[in-house]
Amino acid sequence: MNAVSDPGPALLEVRGLSKSFGALRALQEVDFTLRAGEIHALLGENGAGKSTLIKAVTGVFPRDAGIVRLSGTEVALRSAKAAVDAGIATVYQEVNLLLNLSVAQNLYLGRQPTQFGLVREAEMRRNATALLAEFDLHIDVAEPLGNYSVAVQHIAAIARAVDQSARVLILDEPTASLDRHEVEVLFAVMRKLATRGIGVVFVTHFLDQVYEICDRITVLRNGRLIGERKTAELPRIELIRMMLGRELAERTSERAAAQVRQAGELYARFEGYGKAGYVAPFDLALRRGEVVGLAGLLGSGRTETARLVFGAERADSGSATVDGNPVRLRSPRDAVAHGFGYCPEERKTEGIIADLTVRENIVLALQAKRGLAKPLSRSEQDEIAMRFIRLLDIRPPEPERPIGLLSGGNQQKVLLARWLATAPRVLVLDEPTRGIDVGAHAEIIRLIRELCDDGLALLVISSELDEIVTYSDRVIVLRDRSHIDELEGEAIDISNILAAIAASSTIVAEAGQA
Amino acid sequence: MMPSMMQRLLQSRGLAQIVALLVILAIDRAVSPQFFDLRMQDGRLFGSLIDVLNRVAPVALLALGMVLVIATRGIDLSVGAVMAIAGAIAASLADAHGLPLALAAALGAGLLCGLWNGFLVAVLGIQPIVATLILMVAGRGVAQLITEGRIVTFTAPDLVWLGNGAVLGVPTPVVVVLGMLVVTGAVVRGSALGLLIEATGGNARASELAGIGTRTMILAVYVWCGLCAALGGVIAAADIMGADANNAGLWLELDAILAVVIGGTSLFGGRFSLVLAMVGALIIQAMNTGILLSGYPPEFNLLVKAAVVLIVLLLQSPRFANAGAVLGRARQ
Repeated sequence: MNAVSDPGPALLEVRGLSKSFGALRALQEVDFTLRAGEIHALLGENGAGKSTLIKAVTGVFPRDAGIVRLSGTEVALRSAKAAVDAGIATVYQEVNLLLNLSVAQNLYLGRQPTQFGLVREAEMRRNATALLAEFDLHIDVAEPLGNYSVAVQHIAAIARAVDQSARVLILDEPTASLDRHEVEVLFAVMRKLATRGIGVVFVTHFLDQVYEICDRITVLRNGRLIGERKTAELPRIELIRMMLGRELAERTSERAAAQVRQAGELYARFEGYGKAGYVAPFDLALRRGEVVGLAGLLGSGRTETARLVFGAERADSGSATVDGNPVRLRSPRDAVAHGFGYCPEERKTEGIIADLTVRENIVLALQAKRGLAKPLSRSEQDEIAMRFIRLLDIRPPEPERPIGLLSGGNQQKVLLARWLATAPRVLVLDEPTRGIDVGAHAEIIRLIRELCDDGLALLVISSELDEIVTYSDRVIVLRDRSHIDELEGEAIDISNILAAIAASSTIVAEAGQA
Repeated sequence: MMPSMMQRLLQSRGLAQIVALLVILAIDRAVSPQFFDLRMQDGRLFGSLIDVLNRVAPVALLALGMVLVIATRGIDLSVGAVMAIAGAIAASLADAHGLPLALAAALGAGLLCGLWNGFLVAVLGIQPIVATLILMVAGRGVAQLITEGRIVTFTAPDLVWLGNGAVLGVPTPVVVVLGMLVVTGAVVRGSALGLLIEATGGNARASELAGIGTRTMILAVYVWCGLCAALGGVIAAADIMGADANNAGLWLELDAILAVVIGGTSLFGGRFSLVLAMVGALIIQAMNTGILLSGYPPEFNLLVKAAVVLIVLLLQSPRFANAGAVLGRARQ
């Protein structure tokens, strides 16, 4: 599996690392090798296990199995502080510094130069100025850190880490909120650190940036190591396949059986629908008994499309019609009234209401749709809850159990039940199989097919391309927050989707490398 | 059968609160042997127990509104000031214009105060503690302006009756509280409001995405809280036959919050219980009355109150329960 052969001195070696959260296996025997002086991209979709790997290595969570070696010596890091002391520094997307303190205070917090118990302010500022100058950053270190841009804050966080004798620097999505120029500044710093022999782990979902700066790439998917490659030897389409799809050979047979359905009548149509800075205007038709898949990389605009369709974000252009009548979907409430339902990707923060029971979670959307004045009686609630617990095989079959105590797969089924109870016409499912064990996974896919046969229009987002290919009648491919391609019938296969995703950004990447 | 029934009883909600109330009442009885004695005089019941029920009325009314606000993960610090406003209005209008108008104006003011708080929290998205702090400060000023800095007294008999009268021997304030409890219970549990409030407090984003009008829910609970506070203010004014803008309802918002928290409703929102909030208010008042009867200086009141609150909250704390379970197992 490991195609890289040159033996640069290994700085950080992770071997056979596993970590489970309850029944969910977040990481399974993952290996990862970081060499001194390299910039190494750690890639994968949401839920692939990137953050879990970082947190297990840096001692934020205990690991179930596996070893971590630093410069050849095995280390057992039990806390984030132990990791910093051992020379592994992590800078997260949200900078963990104190924006109200000065830049200098932030750089030396907890290790200020002192004399007679007093902080030597002047000395601290001189040191801070000198430290930042090494990164070509010339700013007034007495100003509060919050007065500077996010890029400066990131560099300050990196400078602090490096000054604490870090040998391994982990950057978790540092560029997500930076503009092009700021990214350049950050990359200059990363290159400088690499030439000093520091190993840099770069987590991002911007593939162009990976090809611009990284020497090596490690890809995770569903908590497993897919492979480690040299960037120069890995074509972009191959990288995307590693991130999204199984081997090409597996797919075609699956599909043939599924697609005998006739597309039903049009239910909802969106024309020129979009929101500036969120997702570019798109056209979308949803028909009864049809599954439309949304495919693309993380950040390509899939979830954004779903949220616009459901009214969770307001469109600022275009029009929507339902059953031929123009409608305005300004809130989820409006969308629910027109027969829409939405299972969001973030099940815990946006889906379940953990303290309420399974019964209450199931009847919630139906009750909201009926309005305050028409409460469902307790016996109606019990009947609805039991019906869906049986229909979807929710376990344990106890309607009075708080939903927070159920497994991820069963929580997802309860959320499906919440919408099915409203007898929806359109159901939007964002990553319906994310974080769910294998058995429940297959069941959810079976449910999606059955719902569709019953005449529901489905809009499904998934990072698993083989899953999308299996159940979709049409696939819309997104990139950079716009809909770039639509595949139908025979044309739906993984290689076409990958080609569409990879198409024009390859040109950008080549321009970037030149 | 018996053990499982015992278990269910021990695990049932509200056990800690009811036991606490019984213990405090027993202590009150020990301190003052006549505590449970009742006597009828001028068509009204008298006795320490009745006194507890009568005195608790304003805080109980505040707690009735507050419990809904807290269930949405909010808080309303302005209820004491709203009491002062409503009391000032009722006292100023009662003699000249009669009870119906005075009551309507006072409750209308409470409604407006609630709308203002709800607007700040639900529409402008200001943190509840800060949003309601504004009216907590400004409201007392408004009340002082209404009374022109004086203590306004009145003699209108129907308003006096609201504070000092009785219905079938039961003091009017107690009847008002029971009435409001029944009305609130009917509105909240008889409609879907209770479920939707609990959902909103438990997870506002998820509730919004489930199609619940979370803003409307939040606006509604602050309005109801303002209304309850205004009624509490009228009763407090009727009780002393006058309105003192400086002291009416002073610090009572804290007792109301305490009553709700003792009643087991989490400040993090979600599940709530109206009845247990009433029990919480009773616990506080039974302690106050007990200390007065015991002859200890009332200064002790605050310390004892703090100790009892600590005990009730410890009993509810999951970590404390876990620690207890671990100790229990170790002993076996």
